[in-house]
Order: sequence, then structure tokens, then C-alpha cells
Amino acid sequence: MDVRRPLGALRSPLRSPLLRPTLVRHSAAALAALLALYVLTTSAAPYRNLEIAHAAYLTCAVAGLTVLTGLGGQISLGHGAFMAVGAYTAALVIAHWGWPLAAVLAAAAGVTALAGVVVGAVAARLEGPYLAGATLAFAVGLPGLANYEHLSGVLGGQNGLTVAPPVPPARLGETFPLERWQAWISCLGAVLTLFLLANLTSGRFGRTLRASRDDEIAAALSGVRVARLRIAATVVSAACAGLGGGLLAVVATLAAPGAFPLTLSLQLIAAVIIGGLGSLAGAVWGALILVYVPTWASDAASSSGLSHNVASNLPLAIYGLVLIAVTLAFPRGLQGGLRDVGGAAARRVRSRARTSRARDDTPGLPATHPGGADEASTDDAGARPDDGGDGAGGRGERLRR
Amino acid sequence: MSDSPSALLELREVTVRFDGLVALDTVSLAAPRGRVTGVIGPNGAGKTTLFNVVCGFVRPRSGEVRWRGRALARHRPHDLARLGIARTLQGLGLFPGLTVLENVMVGADRHARTGFLSGLLAAPRADRDEAALRERAMARLDELGVAGEAARRPGELPYGAQKRVALARALAAEPDLLLLDEPAAGLSVGEIEELAALIGGLRGGPAVVLVEHHMDLVMGVCDQVVVLDFGRVIAAGAPGEVRDDPAVLTAYLGEEVRGA
Repeated sequence: MDVRRPLGALRSPLRSPLLRPTLVRHSAAALAALLALYVLTTSAAPYRNLEIAHAAYLTCAVAGLTVLTGLGGQISLGHGAFMAVGAYTAALVIAHWGWPLAAVLAAAAGVTALAGVVVGAVAARLEGPYLAGATLAFAVGLPGLANYEHLSGVLGGQNGLTVAPPVPPARLGETFPLERWQAWISCLGAVLTLFLLANLTSGRFGRTLRASRDDEIAAALSGVRVARLRIAATVVSAACAGLGGGLLAVVATLAAPGAFPLTLSLQLIAAVIIGGLGSLAGAVWGALILVYVPTWASDAASSSGLSHNVASNLPLAIYGLVLIAVTLAFPRGLQGGLRDVGGAAARRVRSRARTSRARDDTPGLPATHPGGADEASTDDAGARPDDGGDGAGGRGERLRR
Repeated sequence: MSDSPSALLELREVTVRFDGLVALDTVSLAAPRGRVTGVIGPNGAGKTTLFNVVCGFVRPRSGEVRWRGRALARHRPHDLARLGIARTLQGLGLFPGLTVLENVMVGADRHARTGFLSGLLAAPRADRDEAALRERAMARLDELGVAGEAARRPGELPYGAQKRVALARALAAEPDLLLLDEPAAGLSVGEIEELAALIGGLRGGPAVVLVEHHMDLVMGVCDQVVVLDFGRVIAAGAPGEVRDDPAVLTAYLGEEVRGA
């Protein structure tokens, strides 16, 4: 096509003709991520696999939230509650109907998406602090439903619902560790989420969503139905959080109100900001930080030989310090920072090499690999074609409205 | 003013009141296809309110807006693109977080066919649709001489280039009516001349309605001019006639012998 040539030149120079279709590109990245995760999980100890599973289901929720908040400009302090909806749905479906796992998780995402329709319809009319307040109320109020006396029989009250652990298929062998199976389920969910979100945000949906974030009136005048688009974004975001919640129930084998405190919602939004608003790769970083920094901090505290009082409070303090340090060092989030570093490195390499035909390494790609963030590669490819998403989302001031 | 049968947009005795203030008082206006209609008047004359009525931001107290011979009632701003009406905003209203190309692609969204599902699954159809949209947007950017800036953010461009991008975004919808809200604001003399050439180049295409302070631009580029003052039409006609109209001189310069 004659049209494509000049356009291809001004867009990402990475594209080889084979990788041009979005589907091919994103599928290749997803398969690469799955392969890397397979290698990682088969070599990891059981408790490491559980950590990976935790990071993976959090990735689902954080990725959903980064689309809503980073690309849509709609803040949600209530995503922990969406996870609760997903977790309870999964627990109830497993207990009452015993559906296959894929159907259970689809139900978790679907029911939470319905909750997203209701919340989204309200949220589309609200902005800024009002939206934050409304979603905050949702996060605080919803888990309390489990203790409501008419519902506590169904929802198990404060103790929650125990979920039968998933059984690894027999052909994987008798001794196949449960934790690895759980990690596989969770990672598959995360990669699928990132794959679908990358598809969605790299095209028309993502573009119009970002436009409505930047200037609602100009977007409406271009024919974008802003309210409807925001509801759609909330629904997508809720479905991701619901899937994350469903995976949590499967991994933790429990759905209880205690698993969805307000701090979970706040941690999710913190992860979005740390990773880089609107960046799917950043969502992976954010989820990894949520899981690994507290673990690492409490390991450090317990091995420090300090008195019990100090050591028990140290992890929280370290966690807070890390968050502050990251936001100071990378105002556009980790992914934004890595992109800058990668871009600078690539420029230096290029100016040194001076080979005119050298394909310039996409900024960010070399930088995302250290640190076992295998999933990063999935949406790295996904997020890149619309660089706008990341850069725009990365700017903190865009979190207005 | 002549009510030519080919008038695409027609305002019939539109009245708008804000809490007792009469913003528009039985204003009538017709914008025919292929011609440039200028709306001028001192500050607060109701020019922007007139646009807001057409766009559905403000509902008239009485009177009606007719589009292609049918009354527009209860239309919302997001319906305009589908109706074939595009508007540039006072200032720019560009999307700062999107590239120039993406800005214009949003403008062309009316022509997009990708649904949610095919976008979610990255169906080949969605890719083709995106490519078509990109091509359409690039063509507009090319026409306006800013194709070279497609990959940049609007904020990185000089103001004049940003104005061109805003115009490209409005034109990308391929509208039948283009509403330009003070397009010359903030432009240098040279840029205003370029703008006049651009607007002149639209003649014979969509109906253009231009709200503008800048007299030279209006007189140079418009086929017909409507003068508003305190919400009323005080003169209408060809630029030459309007310029010499005593009522217009009074509105712009004040009464010569006030209180004498």
C-alpha cells in the first residue's frame, strides 16, 4: 500500500513488515512472556511461585486501573472492591456450581463488569474529588456487605468463603506442585489481560479515551461520546480487577473481607502511579513493587537484629520510603523513567554507530528486561505503538478531573 | 439577508436569555453551502453564544436552528460530527497528550468503524480501519502543510502550526459545515494572511461560519457578513455593504455626538 510507506517511516521504526499487524505483534509478545514465565515458574521454589501468582493477579487489577486512570483520567479509589466482587463471585461459583476454572474466572470478570456498569454510570457524571470520594465509599462499604446479617449466610461473614484449591491436571503428574499450577493460572490471566488491554488501548478506544481525558469538549465536538466511553473504560477496568479478584480467590483459596481493605485500593492506585500512569508495562512494575518491596523489607527487618518493636514497624517505613524515592526519581513513573534512560542510551549508541540504516532500538525495550519482569515484554510491545499513551499518562498533571 | 434555498444551516429568530440578560435576540442567519459567512460584533455581542446554540451547548429560549431544512432540537455536542458539523474552539482545544496525527485521527473519528470487540481482539479489520483513518488524517495534515509534524505533540509546535492542526482536526471529519471560533486570535499578521488563504481555499466546499474580531480577515475572506451587537443583528450583507453601514460604525466606534 502506497499510503503506508510514508506513515510507517514517521511511526515507530521497529516495524518489520511481518510484525505490522497488531494481532501478530501482540500475540508474539504474549507468547514470549508466557514462555519466559514458564521457565521462571518451573525453576522457582513453591513460595516463589506463590509470589509470582500474587504479582500476576495484582497485575490484572493494576493494568485495568491504569487504563481508567492513566488513559481515561478517571480516578478510582475503589478497585479493591471490584477485586472483592470478583473473588466472591469465583468463590460462590466454585462452591455452588463447580464450573471449570476458566468459566469461573470468566464469571468473576463478567459479574464485576456488571458492577462496573453501575459504578461507571455514576462515575461518568463525577470528576476530581467527588469521583475519588464516591469510589472511596465503594471501597469502604462493599467488603462490609459480607458482614451484613442477611448476607453473612451466603458470604460467610468475617471469615469469608473458603475456596477449594484448583487441582492440577493429572497428566502433569502426581507430584506437580499446587503453587506452580496456581502461578500458571494467575500468569495466564495476567498475560491475557495485558494482551487484550494492549489491543484495546493501541487503537481507536485508547485514542478517543485519551482525547476525552485531555479535553472533554473538544472530544465531544469530534463526535466522541465521552460519557459512554468513560463507562466503557470503567467496565473494562472493573472486569480486569474482577479477574484479578477471581485469581486471588483461586491463589489464596479464600475470599474474605480482610483481603480487601481500603489499603488494597490505595495500593493499586499507588502501583499505577509508580509504574507510570497509563502504561501497561508500568502496571507490571507497579504490581511487582506491591508484592516484592514489602516482602523484601520485612526480610531485611527481621534479619537486622533490631528489637521486635522496631523490626515489626520497619517494613512499612521502608515501603513508604521506597515509594517516595521512586516517585521523586521517576515523576513519570518507572516505565517513563526507563523509557527515558533507554531512549538516551539508544541515542548514544546510534550516534556512535552512525550507521544510517541501523534500526533504532525501541527505547524502553532493553531496559525492561532486567529484574525478571517477564510480563513487561508483553505489553511493552503493546504500549509502544501508541507511545502517546505512556507519555501522556506519565505526566502527573494529567490526573486532573 | 437572502434566504437562498441551498442554506445548509439556518437560524430562525433565535433568542437566548441568561438570567435576564439577553444574549441573542431574535437572531436569524443562513449559511449556504460553499460560502463563507462571517459573524462579527463587539465583545459580548453574542457571537460565541450563537455558536453554542448551533452546537447544542445552549438551548434557545425561542426560535429554531435548522440543519439541512430540518429543525435541530435536543441535539448534543457529540451528535454534531455525525450531522456533518465541525467546530474549532476559541484557543486551540487540541489534545496535549496525543500526537498531532492522533489529534487529527480523533477528528476523523466519525469515519471510524472499529467497534469495541474488534479493537479488543485486534481483528485485521481494526488494523485496516486504523490505517484508513491514519491516511485520512495525514491527507488533511498534508493539505495544511503540517504533515511533517505528525509524530510530535501539539505543545512542541509554534502557535500558528497548532492552529493548523486544530483546523486539520476539524476538516478531518469532512464536515458540511465548519464553524470557526475566532481562528485568528493570537496569530501574527503573516499567519493571518495564511489563514485567510486557507479559509479562502475552502470556498466551494463546506459552508463555513466564521466568528471573528479581526476585521481585515472577515472583510477579505467572507462572502457575507452578519453584524451582532447586544445580541441583535444590526446589519447583514456583503462585506462592502456592511462596512459602510452607519449602524455598524456606531456599534464599533460609539455614537459620534453622544450627550451633545
